[in-house]
Amino acid sequence: MSLDPSPAPAIELVGIDKKFGPVHANKNINLTVARGSIHGIIGENGAGKSTLMSIIYGFYQADQGQIRINGKPIVIRDSQTAISSGIGMVHQHFMLVENFTVLENVVLGVEGGALLGRDAARAREELKRLQKDYGLEVDLDAIVEELPVGAQQRVEILKALYRGADILILDEPTGVLTPAEADHLFNVLRVLREQGKTILLITHKLREIMAITDTVSVMRRGEMVATRATAETTVEELAELMVGRRVLLHVEKGEAKPGPVLLSVKNLTVKDSRGLKMVDNVSFDVRAGEIVGIAGVAGNGQSELLEAIAGIRKPSSGEILIDGQPVAELDAARRRELGLAHIPEDRHHMGLVLKFEEYENSILGYHRDQRYGRGAFLDLEAIRKDAEDKIAKYDIRPPNPRLKTANFSGGNQQKIVVAREIERDPKLLIVGQPTRGVDVGAIEFIHRRIIERRDAGKAVLLVSVELDEIRSLSDRILVMFAGKIVGEKTSEAGEQTLGLMMAGIAA
Amino acid sequence: MTTASVPLPNWISYGLIPLLNLLLAFFFSGLVVWWIGESPLEALKFLIQGSLGRGDAIGFTLFYTTSFIFTGLSVAVAFHAGLFNIGSEGQAYVGGLGAALAALALDHYVPWYVTMPFAITAAAIFGAAWAFIPAWLQAKRGSHIVITTIMFNFIGAALMVYLLVNVFIVPGKMAPETRTFLEGGQLPKLDWLMALFGLKLGPAPFNVSFLIALVMCYLVWLLIWRTKFGYEMRTLGISPSAAIYAGVPYARIVIIAMLISGGLAGMMALNAVNGAAARLQVEFVAGAGFVGIAVSLMGRSHPVGIILAALLFGILYQGGADLSFEMPTITRDMIVVIQGLVILFAGALEYMLRPAVVRIYQQFAKG
Ligand SMILES: Nc1ncnc2c1ncn2[C@@H]1O[C@H](COP(=O)(O)OP(=O)(O)OP(=O)(O)O)[C@@H](O)[C@H]1O
Ligand SMILES: [Mg+2]
Repeated sequence: MSLDPSPAPAIELVGIDKKFGPVHANKNINLTVARGSIHGIIGENGAGKSTLMSIIYGFYQADQGQIRINGKPIVIRDSQTAISSGIGMVHQHFMLVENFTVLENVVLGVEGGALLGRDAARAREELKRLQKDYGLEVDLDAIVEELPVGAQQRVEILKALYRGADILILDEPTGVLTPAEADHLFNVLRVLREQGKTILLITHKLREIMAITDTVSVMRRGEMVATRATAETTVEELAELMVGRRVLLHVEKGEAKPGPVLLSVKNLTVKDSRGLKMVDNVSFDVRAGEIVGIAGVAGNGQSELLEAIAGIRKPSSGEILIDGQPVAELDAARRRELGLAHIPEDRHHMGLVLKFEEYENSILGYHRDQRYGRGAFLDLEAIRKDAEDKIAKYDIRPPNPRLKTANFSGGNQQKIVVAREIERDPKLLIVGQPTRGVDVGAIEFIHRRIIERRDAGKAVLLVSVELDEIRSLSDRILVMFAGKIVGEKTSEAGEQTLGLMMAGIAA
Repeated sequence: MTTASVPLPNWISYGLIPLLNLLLAFFFSGLVVWWIGESPLEALKFLIQGSLGRGDAIGFTLFYTTSFIFTGLSVAVAFHAGLFNIGSEGQAYVGGLGAALAALALDHYVPWYVTMPFAITAAAIFGAAWAFIPAWLQAKRGSHIVITTIMFNFIGAALMVYLLVNVFIVPGKMAPETRTFLEGGQLPKLDWLMALFGLKLGPAPFNVSFLIALVMCYLVWLLIWRTKFGYEMRTLGISPSAAIYAGVPYARIVIIAMLISGGLAGMMALNAVNGAAARLQVEFVAGAGFVGIAVSLMGRSHPVGIILAALLFGILYQGGADLSFEMPTITRDMIVVIQGLVILFAGALEYMLRPAVVRIYQQFAKG
């Protein structure tokens, strides 16, 4: 080893440029990432962050520009080249084979990664070691689709480490994690940094940027507009750099004026495919004019509860009443007719058909509505017009209803779903992780819309793993732990108190 | 997000890549021909001449094309709902029963254009009926549609042989077939259409069902991309979980999509039974149902693609028959090999060339 006092930077990008047709996703990007540092990248939805990372990881080719890894210019033609240059990536949207086990997913495509006999045993050993070193617990033999999102992410990280990554790119890794889990992840990242690994971290949560990064770069509309040493900047400055205006980090809201009960859940029990009780004898009401938040660590039954109310999952016992009507026998479409709207937690599997064009997704679930075409036919004119209105109102970028939904950035995909569900003016809105993956400006916007629902005398049930979000929006907070509601608090309750309840320690 | 998701212009995705695949298929077919000691160019000449060289050759080619359009549409409709209907063969066969019954019942009394709507309806209903049980089993019991439709191909074949041998056979005749329909039960040939291009149809059985097939292409396009039902089908086909979220009724979609699919397969019989043979014969489908799978695959389940792919297979069928006649060393089995290569390259290996094309395209787009 040489004792070069200033080692070459881990990553250097020089003049990276990328266009998707008319969309200029990356404009002449220059970026230097020091070896052994954690470098944050922030920017609005659609600013071009994921595109830039995909270029480093070889998913896309830059139209122009150069990449240097450890001082050496290289052409990253595909992810294979990236991996062999020591680059690992955890995607914003996981890239796992859902019906494979964790072990199978990790060794998939690795040379010598056969799944037979000794090799499998060796892989298992190696993974166990990695798991122990970095605290990445996950059952190696579990089927990936049966794992909660948080665990799926740990699989992605394991996968990258198993491939010997030196530079780790994490695209919105904490979007799906609770604060506690995120802290855990950050500890993992710190250990990695100590070992000289370089980390590129994309996140919309400025708190996280402040907590863990050494340096932070800001992107706006395809350009790299600023780079700061984290210690020398503030959340406010960063927010302003990103959005180009001052952002309200906390929305104001007045007193709730609760009216009649619009959602009533009585002794609801929901089991998963293995027969385990995910929701265990839960009862609560949501009234018109109030926002009820359900706090809890991911995987404690909130998802199943939402799905049961939405008509996606059959409860094994108990009753659900929407606006006084029992809905046990009604499917999701019928429940919508009763005035229910549902922003699902998992936009990729439920909320959107990624292969559809944007306007097609803007009617998903409401496609039978007469306003989208009389009788059996779709009125494409009307649908596109409607989609354009929503695009304008929710500032969805790029403003093109004919673009394939998969080609929108993550945050803009979320806005497509939010726009569709809220613009129906539903009596009862149930929401899972409404701001997952959306930028600070858009969070402000979506939060306002949710509070508007309440102020218009509608009911909102909110599930979020973001305690901040629950606390700043909810009028009442129910805490869920192990499938049960373990307590109710007002929004004044402290983070500490709620945290303990979520961990099942206090009630 | 491998190269498979890099956006390419449509003319590359739908024009250049299929063309390259096709050239590759022909290249390997040429190797096979060369290997058995014949001249590939010579063989290609016979193939083209035999399928497109004369009026009657074109007539035969378009006759086959017609059958393949129907079965290709049949497979495509099911496919859009996420169902792999392997049973078009059997559904077409049973559809023939409907088409023949309509002709037999009416041909004494009315002209062909009165019989035609009845024949279309009956063929569709019989084909649909044959798809119903597998559809129902899939929708309600989860029995896999691939397995059940294959089984129904066999059952359908047995049933038809039984009916032809025991019920429809003309007394005193050996051939297991119905009597020949009178003109009122046939679909007339399209010699006038050929004449417009200065071609003579000759003995080729190119008939009105071709026009029916084109109408069906339009209707299928309308169904899939312009109706609410088609929207639900596509949602289910692409993302079953999003379909549940949207409240798309699974059983209903599966059953109706399969009925339509079976109905389209059944209509293939119009071409072979009412159009060409003017009687119902054993095994008249002759594999068209299976070719439909390849046609749908190659045509990307889009009616326009299906027409083009059906035409290609029509050329291979007709030209291939001629080729094996002109070059006896190239047997029928060889023709099947060549067709297999086309299916392999144009259908199954569709993505083989894509990464390379993407790379070249990106180089190009850069410079
Ligand atoms: N394959 C593609 N085809 C066309 N446009 C694309 C494609 N991928 C990305 N884009 C566009 O490029 C722009 C940048 O997208 P990108 O995903 O990089 O944004 P991002 O900064 O990661 O946003 P987010 O925070 O919402 O994830 C967006 O306008 C997006 O719609
Ligand atoms: Mg992104």
